[in-house]
Amino acid sequence: MINSFETVIGLEVHCQLKSRSKLFCTCSAQYSGAEPNTHVCPVCLGHPGVLPVFNKEVLELALKACLALSCQVPAITKFDRKHYFYPDLPKAYQITQFDEPIGEHGNLELKGEGDEIRQIPIRRIHIEEDAGKTLHTHTSGSLVDYNRCSVPLLEIVTDPDLKNSKEAKDYLETLRKVLRTVDVSDCDMENGTLRCDVNLSVRKRGESQLGIRVEIKNLNSFRSVVRAIEYEELRHVSLLEAGKRIERGTLLWDEEAGKTRLMRSKETEDDYRYFPDPDLPPIKISRELIKEVISKLPELPLAREKRFVKQYGISSYNASLLCEERDFADFFEEACAMHANPNSISNWILTEFLRELNRSDTCISESLLKPAMLAQLVKLIDEGTISGKIAKNLFPEMIASGHSPEELVEKSGLSQISDDESLRKHVHQVLESNPHILDDLKAGKKKALGFLMGQIMKATGGKANPQKVQVLLHEILEEVHSIRL
Amino acid sequence: MQVPLSISEIQTALKEKEFSCQELLQSYLSQIHHSNAEINAFLSVDEEMAQNYARDLDQKIAGGCSLQGLEGVFLAIKDNIHARGFETTCSSKILKGYLPAFESPAVSLLRQEGACILGKTNCDEFAMGSSNENSAFGPVRNPRDRDRVPGGSSGGSAAAVAALMCSAALGSDTGGSIRQPAAFCGVVGFKPTYGRISRRGLVAFASSLDQIGPITHTVGDASILYKIMAKPDAHDSTSLTNIDNDSLCEVRLKGATLGIVEEFFPPELDSMVQSRLESSLKNFEKAGGNLTRVSLPHLKYSLPAYYILACAEASSNLARYDSIRYGNREYPGVGIEELYQKERSLGLGDEVKRRMILGAYVLSEGYYEAFYRKAQKVRSLIRTEMENALRSCDALVGPTTPTLPFLLGSKVSDPMEMYYSDLFTVIANITSAPAISIPCQKSEDALPVGIQLIGKPFEDSKILSLAEAVENLVNP
Repeated sequence: MINSFETVIGLEVHCQLKSRSKLFCTCSAQYSGAEPNTHVCPVCLGHPGVLPVFNKEVLELALKACLALSCQVPAITKFDRKHYFYPDLPKAYQITQFDEPIGEHGNLELKGEGDEIRQIPIRRIHIEEDAGKTLHTHTSGSLVDYNRCSVPLLEIVTDPDLKNSKEAKDYLETLRKVLRTVDVSDCDMENGTLRCDVNLSVRKRGESQLGIRVEIKNLNSFRSVVRAIEYEELRHVSLLEAGKRIERGTLLWDEEAGKTRLMRSKETEDDYRYFPDPDLPPIKISRELIKEVISKLPELPLAREKRFVKQYGISSYNASLLCEERDFADFFEEACAMHANPNSISNWILTEFLRELNRSDTCISESLLKPAMLAQLVKLIDEGTISGKIAKNLFPEMIASGHSPEELVEKSGLSQISDDESLRKHVHQVLESNPHILDDLKAGKKKALGFLMGQIMKATGGKANPQKVQVLLHEILEEVHSIRL
Repeated sequence: MQVPLSISEIQTALKEKEFSCQELLQSYLSQIHHSNAEINAFLSVDEEMAQNYARDLDQKIAGGCSLQGLEGVFLAIKDNIHARGFETTCSSKILKGYLPAFESPAVSLLRQEGACILGKTNCDEFAMGSSNENSAFGPVRNPRDRDRVPGGSSGGSAAAVAALMCSAALGSDTGGSIRQPAAFCGVVGFKPTYGRISRRGLVAFASSLDQIGPITHTVGDASILYKIMAKPDAHDSTSLTNIDNDSLCEVRLKGATLGIVEEFFPPELDSMVQSRLESSLKNFEKAGGNLTRVSLPHLKYSLPAYYILACAEASSNLARYDSIRYGNREYPGVGIEELYQKERSLGLGDEVKRRMILGAYVLSEGYYEAFYRKAQKVRSLIRTEMENALRSCDALVGPTTPTLPFLLGSKVSDPMEMYYSDLFTVIANITSAPAISIPCQKSEDALPVGIQLIGKPFEDSKILSLAEAVENLVNP
């Protein structure tokens, strides 16, 4: 039944820009964890007689995002006022951009099934200020914290072009990757530096007109986005099938109950009375500035992923994981530049290193492990100085101490025993103390060989070079014991 | 003791020890004590601070130091401009008790030059009005005839200067609020080019039109105060960064041309105003100035366009006053919707509410194009017309107001009639141009009449030197 309907989704993402100060005053925008109302001044509190001054740092951050998302950037952009009354909005208007946003007609490439690429059209991107936070208490009434007030946000709006919850999730994940790569926002839904509202409608398949739209707010994780979309799809379809109308309005997602509830219907929607902010002259964006920003843009994740497969020959799976975070991709490239074994280096990063980072809850930039150290470790394995097993044992110590693998190997005498003389001695000893094995071997029981290998490794404390041992064992068995395997 | 009028005369007298600074202050204070109860020009006066200032300055003079800058000058500041140590109420109940967190650069610059801020002056609530009858703290009376209005909205500042309660004053001008009361009170009022003086610390009424300016006894004083305050301000994005180059703007009366704007002399113009203007212009011609006739065909649209734009911006700028974060809260403990309704209904006066409703209406969905957008188009049309008119002359000339100062209460019930007072002044605000009102010969009933000069935007010094040249001629 559900197949006779189709869902149309548009997403509005708000992300907090990483500027040092707020959008229109010099208050620090890094308010996370601060005491309430300690990052405020007369300007962001909207006192009488104050004037906003546009923070230039924000222009560059916003341009980076717009250009990374292939938006058209106008020669002139301006700010408008959006009016509504609420205590966390001290001027009773929000400074935002209405009809001349900083970016329009962009798109974001998503990886579809296989190598398929899907373009999600981005309708517009605009700059606006955040509001404060209201806390309703039982004992001391409603409290407002203005620390967040006037912190710069970027609103990124797609066309109604996404088809289902998976696409919505892919879009959000890819968008986050891009915004983190160009370093304009932390994009963390948990701490609110990324917020997402969903616009959704359902129509009969094949119809050209869109169905009646609802807006879903209060989505606190990608999972909520997915669940809310799926919940609403079903609700719409069952209403439509029953011949009922959908009510246009704004819904709130209740994560615990797993359902939406109506916040306000269209009939009571506000008239925001937008008009150009007379305190802020329009901003000219020169072609030179755009060129400069473009020239400084880092390679975007999808492009980098493709290059990693082509240039380093690693699997597209590994490439995609590495490019999830710019720091990982950078680490990988730096290490590869020092020792050309991309496959091994990528495996080390994505297994051992990632595990250690998760365990100690640190991020890559804080870790004591540097790309040169990992490159050296892989090199030591590749040259046969240490075994893979020893390398794995060494690894946690490298991370904990920040010492290079060479230092650690030397210090603890862990380097592999590769010289024929001492290895021969070990082989002879093991054979002498296990005479019955020779019988097994003569009887053709090849499993016995594995046992011998194990005994030799044990005797050397794991330091014997296994390839060498293998060769020597064969030699000795044939020459001394006339056993040809 | 006869206190001279102009700043330079006052300073000369102080230097010559004709009177002391304390005597000068005493003269102002006694005027205030004697008349302010009736005239109601001052809302607050810091006598103690002023006494200390005067004593210190007298010691300095006694010690042989020469007077610097604005030393010995006592200023009154309109109560919508932040001055340290004084409340800023904007003559509104809703801001009663509000102490500003900072001082406006205009006031700070004057203080840095040595001026003393004597007090804050009454005005129409949030600078909305043309008669100073819209103050929550009572109307101001015209010192020249106390049954008449002083004009508005800077009525308190103009009246304080005219009543010799201070040396000079600051006002703010959004649609004529400096020039019209200056004309009604018989003093000089100058509105500089928009953005010339920082708007920071001036409580916004209509941000794209507001401008601080001086109200003084002489054009020379206006020029002195203007030059001190006209500084670029990095914290006001609309502040002008180009310097007003006065050396290029020196104007001599001989050979200067004034453009008589046809539309400034409509049939309904008060006949006394008309005759005083005409005789002033004749004097100007006799002294070697040239007169030419120019036309601003769309001038009649400037008033409706102005009221649309000003009300729209006001409805936005004044939306913040809810008594939650500052101001005077009357209804603690009510729900949020009720709080907005009650505090704003009670805290704001009728004229303010009228303009906010008008403004909200013209900005609302479906009406924006018909009103706000169209008003912006009128604005640019009139700007072009004015540029054209100023090609053939150095300044436009006409009466500052269409009528003589009117009787208190005579227009309060008819807002349209009241708005008509701004007919000749709003054009300077919607075109950003500098404009000045200078007193000319009084009417037969000894009521003041003002002559207005409007210059090209950015040519503030030129209009001031032209006004100085005209000043003595028109007021023989």
